[in-house]
Amino acid sequence: MSFRSPLGRVLGMGAAKAGPGHWWAQRLTALALAPLGLWFVFSVVGLDHGQHELIKAWIADPAHAVCLILLLVSLIYHSYLGLQTVLEDYVHGLPKVASLIAVQFLHISMLVGGVYSVLAISFGAAQ
Amino acid sequence: MAEFRLPTNSRVKQGKTHKAPGDASRVRRFVVYRYDPDSGDNPCTDTYEVDLDQCGPMVLDGLIKIKNEIDPTLTFRRSCREGICGSCAMNVDGVNTLACTQAIDDIEGDVRIYPLPHMPVVKDLVPDLTNFYAQYASIKPWLQTRTPAPPDSERLQTKEEQERINSPSACILCACCSTSCPSYWWNSDRYLGPAALLAAYRWLVDTRDEATGERLDHLEDPFRLYRCHTIMNCTNACPKDLNPARAIGEIKQMLAVRRL
Repeated sequence: MSFRSPLGRVLGMGAAKAGPGHWWAQRLTALALAPLGLWFVFSVVGLDHGQHELIKAWIADPAHAVCLILLLVSLIYHSYLGLQTVLEDYVHGLPKVASLIAVQFLHISMLVGGVYSVLAISFGAAQ
Repeated sequence: MAEFRLPTNSRVKQGKTHKAPGDASRVRRFVVYRYDPDSGDNPCTDTYEVDLDQCGPMVLDGLIKIKNEIDPTLTFRRSCREGICGSCAMNVDGVNTLACTQAIDDIEGDVRIYPLPHMPVVKDLVPDLTNFYAQYASIKPWLQTRTPAPPDSERLQTKEEQERINSPSACILCACCSTSCPSYWWNSDRYLGPAALLAAYRWLVDTRDEATGERLDHLEDPFRLYRCHTIMNCTNACPKDLNPARAIGEIKQMLAVRRL
């Protein structure tokens, strides 16, 4: 029960002045993922999966490494934006904040881990 | 979390059946959602057998016949009976529409009538639209200007400029679109919904209006505008064949363009 007016409730705390950035990034990453995703699938299908050294050498190639890092960044950023939207849609209150924090940590970890792996192989640090 | 089952006191039970008189020639069953807040009981669906040979062609005609001749306690909103007032918006045969423009013969099997989805129910088919109207008020649906009006004439616009606002101005605020939108179901406390956003768009593209920036500022919010994920249930549901989904898309474009 509250005596706050319906209009007062709708106006709430005002506009957050956010949204267009998220909307733009979601489309930009989707645009980047189309060629990068196709390139990745066709490249991986063409590789001889039995040979560890060969695959390492393929990743170590500078052009491949750069494209792989671009793919990781767009993919993980896109995944983060999508999951954030799902959580904002369906989860409310404290669980929303908690799950948003968890998803944020998870994606940053995946991003750092993925990029580090490519760089390690590329610079010969991985055995 | 999202609600996947109705709360215990909202689950719909089986109600009474009102048989058609023996001499009825063309009987159709109307299955209607009933809820009486004073009884303390759960909502239920009552079944009314209506003789279509003694009834007008539209679903609203059926409801009025039921109220007049079978059960005067049946409660619903109606006024113009020709699709211009938006009062008789309800969920007929699983689709939000106006009972007055929906022909009974276009429905197969029983005519199943529920109130607009996911709204608080006042009684039977009457939803509480307080929040919906407050959202409409929040977008300031009136002309805002700084330039004084010309002393000897109206504020002019070209024919093309008028044509841009013709379609969104035709909205009758029946709420069929907003209540068909899952984003509105889960977040109607913060998401404005397609009807209010279509109204906002109507003033954003009005060339006589001088508050475009303030209007966009008001909508620049992850919940007010960006809960729309373009599934276009709104456009599908609109009994006036308007396109709120497209209007929302164009508002998002305007917000993108003004930062580029």
